[in-house]
Amino acid sequence: MQSNNNVERVGGASVASPYVASTAKKRKKKWNWALFFFVLPGFIIYSVFFAGPTVAALFLSLTDWNGIAPTFNYVGFSNYTNMLTDDPIFVQSLGNNLKFTLGVLIFQTVLSLFFAMLLVKNTKANIFYRAVYFFPTIVASVSVAFVWTFMYDPNIGVINNILSAVGLENLAKSWLGDRNIAIYSLAFVQFWAHTGQMLIIFVAGLHAIPKELYEAAEIEGASKWQTFKSITWPLLAPSATIVVAYTTIQSFKAFDLVIAMTGGGPSYATEILSTFLYHEAFINFRFGYASAAAVIFMIIIAIVTVLQFRLLKSNDVKF
Amino acid sequence: MKKIPQQLVLFIYAAIIILPFSMVLFATFKTTPELYKNPLGMPESWSFANYQDLFLKESMVTYFMNSVIVTGVSVVCIIFFASLIAYAIIRMPKKAGLALFGFFVVGMMVPTQVNMIPIYLLVNKLGMLDTLRGVIFVSIGFLIPIAVFILTGFMKTLPDGLIEAAKIDGASEWQTYLRVVMPLSLPSVATVVIFAFVIVWNDLLYPLLLLKSSEVKTLPIALLDFQGQYLTNYPMIFAGVIIASIPMIVAYVFLQRYFVAGMTAGSVKG
Repeated sequence: MQSNNNVERVGGASVASPYVASTAKKRKKKWNWALFFFVLPGFIIYSVFFAGPTVAALFLSLTDWNGIAPTFNYVGFSNYTNMLTDDPIFVQSLGNNLKFTLGVLIFQTVLSLFFAMLLVKNTKANIFYRAVYFFPTIVASVSVAFVWTFMYDPNIGVINNILSAVGLENLAKSWLGDRNIAIYSLAFVQFWAHTGQMLIIFVAGLHAIPKELYEAAEIEGASKWQTFKSITWPLLAPSATIVVAYTTIQSFKAFDLVIAMTGGGPSYATEILSTFLYHEAFINFRFGYASAAAVIFMIIIAIVTVLQFRLLKSNDVKF
Repeated sequence: MKKIPQQLVLFIYAAIIILPFSMVLFATFKTTPELYKNPLGMPESWSFANYQDLFLKESMVTYFMNSVIVTGVSVVCIIFFASLIAYAIIRMPKKAGLALFGFFVVGMMVPTQVNMIPIYLLVNKLGMLDTLRGVIFVSIGFLIPIAVFILTGFMKTLPDGLIEAAKIDGASEWQTYLRVVMPLSLPSVATVVIFAFVIVWNDLLYPLLLLKSSEVKTLPIALLDFQGQYLTNYPMIFAGVIIASIPMIVAYVFLQRYFVAGMTAGSVKG
């Protein structure tokens, strides 16, 4: 029984190693106290500066603390109920977040898949295009924000100038000043900055599809659309799941762009959850209330993440 | 050979990516009126006046060095601490390893804005507000989860026999970690280095939260202040953008492969 077990485990590990046979009996890992010290520094920093504050946010969300007063009251869930039933700005932020995320999600997923399929082969030209498309991902979002603030400027901005140069001056707008379109202008910047990143995930997914399947489809005389529908799309589902979840989470956190481009304005038209809670905490000094917003924010992200792992698991793909 | 319409689409999208960047680069050599007159084209003359002005009026060297210190120290510590943890996780009994892995990785689900209030209070309490130390500790704490996730995933694939062999030869855990496991884990270490480098160098939130005085400002936060200070002096602001981006661009050109791996390894994190 015991030896059977060992053989199995050996089979799972590297068979090539000459040491396997002789060490098979010692395989059960034992506690070595040195490992305790290995974990310690990272454990302390992570607990003190990240995990602890996260738990503290849960407690703060049940208080009315303003961040300055020496005392505060325990107010139960009233921060949550007030926010969800009686705070138009919170509701608006949630709505803006949804508009922003959906806008980015749709365009980014469709276009990154489209470009990935055009650029799937590792030719020199394709690698160059991928590198160019990917580039904005590594630039600081503050820098990206300034670039686009200038592009969008109603008077001197490049976009309006180009529009009037081609005779479409009636389409020229105050891209960030107009309440109805500002959030979509921001969504476009997010899309512009991260499509190349999603493209890379899709290219990796496409490379993982066995070539034989395409050859078989060709022999069978399948049309391009049929091939896409019955081979590419189903086998690409895991990558698509990653892209969709990643895009959603990233869009929820588009904090830097909003802070640097509009600050949430005009009149809260571009306030999203992350900036809402930043403003509540550090402008209005409602630490307890802002913490409740933070917890709601965390719950939404957790749901998206869990869904992602569930979907990936059901697709039975390892990564 | 691709069809013409496909080529055209690819070319146009590349232009949409490149034009704003070339506009920024050219703008840094123009005067403000020249930029307004001719935003996209090449400058009339390649004058470095904006860069000169920026270095004279602003302590750019200090901001740059602050960014270098914060990023450098954070990245080194993240790699060191997270790889030790990852090594311990694969070496300890399975259940304990799994529990520890879970404890760290669950942190990947927490967006940075969620715990910023307690972090601010904590750093204030510790007297580290307005110090680079504060930002460094917080950055390490925030990036350890993803680093542990990537490194453990990689180390798990190393053949057990190698570590056993080192043990039989009488190596201590520390020697095994340093001489056997780390050299073999270099690809995943590179991934984490790039990922952490990009995130910390570009980070706005923690510096915005924890740094106030100009001696400790990092580049992104300095840029944000330029916006208020120089309002419509875009050539000057853009000169700042270029300076802040140079290390990233140089690294990207030379280490492109690792960048792509690093930034997509973050697929589960933002």
